[in-house]
Amino acid sequence: MKSLLIKNGRVIDPANKIDSKCDVLVVDGKIADIGKLTTEADTVIDASGKFVTPGLIDIHVHFREPGDEEEETIRSGSSAAVAGGFTSVVCMPNTDPTVDNATSVEYAHRMGRQARKTHIYVMGAITKDRKGEQLAEMDFMAAAGAVGFTDDGAGVQNASMMLRALKYASMLKNVVISQHLQDDSLSQNGVMNSGYNSTILGLPGIDPLAEEMMLWRDIQLVKKTGTPYHAQHISTAGSVKLIREAKKLNLPITCEATPHHLLLTDDACADYDTNYKVNPPLRTDADINAVKQAIKDGIVDALVTDHAPHLQSEKELEFLTAPFGIASIEYALSLYIKALIETNVIDWPQLISMMTARPAKIINVDKGTLGKGSQADVTIFDPDFEYRLDLSKLHSKSRNCPYGDWNLKGKIEYTIVGGEIRYSAQRD
Amino acid sequence: MLKKKQFVWKRKNLLGLRNLSREEIEHILNTAEGFEQITSRAIKKAPALQGKVVVNLFFEDSTRTRNSFAIAANRLSADVVEFTQKNSSVSKGETLLDTAKNLEAMGSDIVIIRHNAGGTPKFLSKNINSCVVNAGDGFCEHPTQALLDVYTIWKIKGSLDGLKIAIVGDIAHSRVARSDIYAMTKLGAEVILIAPPTLMPPAVEKLGVRVSYSLDEVMEELDVINMLRIQFERLGANPFPSVKEYSHSFGLTVDRMKRAKKDIIVMHPGPINRGLEIESEVADGPNSVILQQVTNGITIRMAVLFLVNQAAMTREKIKIKKESLA
Repeated sequence: MKSLLIKNGRVIDPANKIDSKCDVLVVDGKIADIGKLTTEADTVIDASGKFVTPGLIDIHVHFREPGDEEEETIRSGSSAAVAGGFTSVVCMPNTDPTVDNATSVEYAHRMGRQARKTHIYVMGAITKDRKGEQLAEMDFMAAAGAVGFTDDGAGVQNASMMLRALKYASMLKNVVISQHLQDDSLSQNGVMNSGYNSTILGLPGIDPLAEEMMLWRDIQLVKKTGTPYHAQHISTAGSVKLIREAKKLNLPITCEATPHHLLLTDDACADYDTNYKVNPPLRTDADINAVKQAIKDGIVDALVTDHAPHLQSEKELEFLTAPFGIASIEYALSLYIKALIETNVIDWPQLISMMTARPAKIINVDKGTLGKGSQADVTIFDPDFEYRLDLSKLHSKSRNCPYGDWNLKGKIEYTIVGGEIRYSAQRD
Repeated sequence: MLKKKQFVWKRKNLLGLRNLSREEIEHILNTAEGFEQITSRAIKKAPALQGKVVVNLFFEDSTRTRNSFAIAANRLSADVVEFTQKNSSVSKGETLLDTAKNLEAMGSDIVIIRHNAGGTPKFLSKNINSCVVNAGDGFCEHPTQALLDVYTIWKIKGSLDGLKIAIVGDIAHSRVARSDIYAMTKLGAEVILIAPPTLMPPAVEKLGVRVSYSLDEVMEELDVINMLRIQFERLGANPFPSVKEYSHSFGLTVDRMKRAKKDIIVMHPGPINRGLEIESEVADGPNSVILQQVTNGITIRMAVLFLVNQAAMTREKIKIKKESLA
């Protein structure tokens, strides 16, 4: 019997409506007890002044393996993830080759097990090679453990194809169809938000409608099929409105937000710094406020990172040519503290819920809880610790991040996965 | 009597006109005027850039801008290196940054860049020490074109204050239009943009301009009309049904000219699509200053090269002085 006792922390476990100063006992990798405990244990962590929460879950990451291992691997990505307090992540399928078959799903799982850091979950592609032409083998992938399907990096353009995908997936158990919302006929070759800034910078813009049109379309399709559907990284006030209306109709629709769509506007592109080139693009203050309001109102279900690592040599290209993406998994909690806690948009239990129990529910996994008997994925962090973000000290292989030298709050002390300490700030 | 303070030009790069002050733009115009006499001399040379290496780094097709810069640099006695994408190692996969750093390692003093991506000159200026002059980047800016445009008007009218200037055509994809807007509004003109809505960029009114979809509605008011070229290479998105329909509504025809002020100035940045955005009779007519624009382009570019080089040399002197004091 192996035991671990986490003492005196503020335990926030929204799934079980716990928010109190108490102790958590882990025995043989499972949560054994919560409360004022006097038990002895093999290992004791003093969490005084710290927060103890279910392990954080990020349902939207790009770990680039296979294909672009120079940017990130499942090993480096999951090291970065545990350093950021994440005990579970969901990898997107836009690798090379695409994760559009059961073998690829199993490969990612295996690399995740070998890395021994965070749990690796996988979304497979909706269509073969993400080309939008032929359905991928969703049933086989689901059997291999895929938690959902998406052509992320691109949206499924053809309405008939999307309808077929939703219909087909409706027979599968415990999977979600997840969409990168972008109507290519509207976004065309855009590289930033369409508006005043794109006009003066002379860069082709992406109209908010490119996101909203596809979301509107998909909502109609979900009305017909009833398939669980997840809208990725919503970035516009219009999308928020559509999700609100869909939720009123009790449709099985969820959505997520990213830190950059809460902290940055397209004003940041003024210097052509490609670290601000991201898709969906950075929008306006009005959009930020709408997404924040949706978070406050519970309309947004999950807070994710869309961790999208890229090589410096790629990001050093012209704004027009550089790839889209921001890498942020290692300090995502701090970014969310800045965007949502410091600005009093939501309270701590709400924040933790959107980073644990609620995303777990979207991907149908029994996680994001400190309930007795559940697997002991636990994150311990100091919410008040202040630091200046030093990009040279990251575990990710990539540095494409616009937050360098930002003053942030919140430090991950321990990340515990299945009862094992997989990250400790002291040993880092 | 108070002595007027001498204006000092401090920029070692000319990336665009959006951030320039009226005073700076006027200083360029005044400097250009000073260079005019060189252009009219039998021996068209001044030694201002002697021993300096000017690189013409062009990633997009261009004849007049590239030649105009080359002639301007030659007249100031610089050594000019031509670098075009087809002959360079860019096609072998070298990045822009590597190319520029290599050119600098070969001793470039001024890099003149044209590129299809907006922001490239700025990107370059952050990464190399040479002076950077924007010769057109994507649909962001084309500062020397706008400077020669306002210079041409200024020479004829004496001032741009209060003039009504129309820019007609593909505003959405035009770097000339953007630089013109900045230069003309800063110098006190009222700018009216005229195009079908499909060729108007988002939120452009915020630049302090009037937007109109009808050339006929404004024709009588105009002091200057600047006709942009139909850029066939950018018309993939099919912004209007046919060239014929476009010409009918937005072309500068002899008929439309009959309704204009007698002394209206007709401009075009070239190259002209005769009979499409402008009828030949108008392009070659008495109100047209299209060839004057080309001539003025050389003096304007001489002024720009001269000024950025001077700013760079002043910086260098200050640096040496500081080091010797340290």
